[in-house]
Amino acid sequence: MKKETIIKLKNLTKNYPVAGRDFPVLKGINLSINSSEFLGIIGPSGSGKTTLLNIIGSLDKPTNGEVNVLNKEIKSLNHKDAAELRNFHIGFIFQVFNLLPVYTVFENVEFALLLQKNTTKQRKNAVMEALEWVGLTEHANKKPDKLSGGESQRVAIARAMVKSPKLVLADEPTANLDAENAHAILKTMKKLNKELGTTFLFSTHDEKVMGYLDRKIFLRDGIVEKDEKYKS
Amino acid sequence: MKLEFQLAFKNLFGARLRTLLNVLVLSFSFVIIIFLNSIMDGWDQQAQKDSIEWEFGEGHLIYEKYDPLDPYTILEGHSKIPLNLNGLTPILDHQAFIYPQGRMMSVVLKGIDIRQSVLKIPTHILKQSKESFPVIIGKRLAESAKLNKGDKVQLRWRDAKGTYDANTITIIDIFDSNVPNIDNGKIWIDINKLWQITGLENQASYFIVKDDFNKAAFPYWKFKSKESLLKNLKELIDQKKAGQSFIYGLLLAIALLAIFDTQILSIFRRQKEIGTYIALGMTRLKVVRLFTVEGSVYSILALLVGSIYGVPFFIYMAKSGFPIPPADQKMGIALADVIYPVYGLKLIFSTILTVIISATIVSYLPARKIAKLNPVLALKGKKQ
Ligand SMILES: Nc1ncnc2c1ncn2[C@@H]1O[C@H](COP(=O)(O)OP(=O)(O)OP(=O)(O)O)[C@@H](O)[C@H]1O
Ligand SMILES: [Mg+2]
Repeated sequence: MKKETIIKLKNLTKNYPVAGRDFPVLKGINLSINSSEFLGIIGPSGSGKTTLLNIIGSLDKPTNGEVNVLNKEIKSLNHKDAAELRNFHIGFIFQVFNLLPVYTVFENVEFALLLQKNTTKQRKNAVMEALEWVGLTEHANKKPDKLSGGESQRVAIARAMVKSPKLVLADEPTANLDAENAHAILKTMKKLNKELGTTFLFSTHDEKVMGYLDRKIFLRDGIVEKDEKYKS
Repeated sequence: MKLEFQLAFKNLFGARLRTLLNVLVLSFSFVIIIFLNSIMDGWDQQAQKDSIEWEFGEGHLIYEKYDPLDPYTILEGHSKIPLNLNGLTPILDHQAFIYPQGRMMSVVLKGIDIRQSVLKIPTHILKQSKESFPVIIGKRLAESAKLNKGDKVQLRWRDAKGTYDANTITIIDIFDSNVPNIDNGKIWIDINKLWQITGLENQASYFIVKDDFNKAAFPYWKFKSKESLLKNLKELIDQKKAGQSFIYGLLLAIALLAIFDTQILSIFRRQKEIGTYIALGMTRLKVVRLFTVEGSVYSILALLVGSIYGVPFFIYMAKSGFPIPPADQKMGIALADVIYPVYGLKLIFSTILTVIISATIVSYLPARKIAKLNPVLALKGKKQ
């Protein structure tokens, strides 16, 4: 597969106003991430991992610098274009799963597709395929409150993957899981990364995650401290 | 928009109890609004029909010096009947007194052409009677004067020259009408008899109009169409309606407040959900729309639930009627013992529209806030 740059950050800074003054969280990040990478941003609590992921995912805007994601300049996107970028091309996985409680597993996974113009049949096929990837086809009609933590996170993976996005952003996806479930999930994602070429960008400080990563970006005090690449 | 409706239905069905409560309260106001209005409309129609059938006919042609609302005009308020009457029914009003059980009661003698069929007053009975001085009265006078069918009572009146005269009348029938005007203090007799005892030969105070008549033949008589006669009645009923709208306005306000409250609470509590919607690719405006539609869907569900118990109730009421307590019947306008509600399309549609639109507005007001929400904070579940 031909590698292309899908994320490019140049002198990215982000300040938050705290008590009337600007508090810098990201202080000039330069990064380039290619398609099909399986990488993690690693740093202590409060180092700005979530902030960075949110900016890449167009949920937040940078204070300064360039953020180019999938050939889109995040800073200049309006709400509609940003929503469309997320809807079609970026999958999110959260630490606390964030499943919609009143929807079934199937409907949770289907949600993003409902915002697109697909037929019912196309949606059904895509959802069932995604549930197959994570091994949850038989739970399709359950509500999230009937699922274990591991199952919930697998639903979240299916939800992120169902639209075959180029990029999946996973913010500490294993933090609420036991070791066994954490490993199962990481294996699933690694497999999807290999088979579909989806880029997975993690934020984590979980040791278990480290072993799976092909590249580790260490974040400290708002700057990239170390960027380690391994041959995958 | 279809998506928003789908999602709204799912969300509401997911939040069972709260949805049920809101829907019930709202459906209740639906049913009450329609019911109260249908009773008023039913009353309106019944009162109009009764008034036309018992009192107004197609209108009154009144002698210009006579004002039925001013008792002082009754003495001079009559005139010779023009020659060509074709179809007009003459009525002569004359002041008199009766003495039931020794009490004195002021009444109006109403002499009427007993061959008439324009009013429902059963004047034909007077024709058949063998009594020397037969009269008929309505149930209200019968009650207030404690008179029964067949009773005799002393009557005193002045003739055309102002001389007092007296005689004994016989109540040969008591009719049951919803129109108090032709009943309270009114005694109906043959107009010929009235002419005879008063010497007011061939005089009338007014005519009941049946169809068309030649206006030119009545230069001293003023015509009041049934519509103008009904105006008082309409005004009274409209006043009553306005009074009632307060009741259901309050009810609707309570229901809308419940929705408003639910919306504020749910926007506050569903921050994470809102953040997730946005992360999954909804614009914030779409989320605003979703929450607004949820509010409108309340009214749609309320419509469905309301019809489940409302329609059988409405049908039952249309069949059995709504009984009016006797106290309410002393109002001086035609009011039956039982009112049959009338469900007009206009009433039903305007009610549905009012409720849906107002529910949508009260849902939109708090939902607007979502457009200013920071999705990052929303995802963290931070209350904003
Ligand atoms: N909206 C905000 N307003 C003000 N400060 C914020 C905001 N969001 C984040 N911060 C601050 O920015 C810093 C970085 O937060 P961030 O959530 O990105 O860290 P993190 O590396 O993801 O931490 P954790 O491991 O705890 O998730 C923290 O000090 C946080 O308090
Ligand atoms: Mg974080």
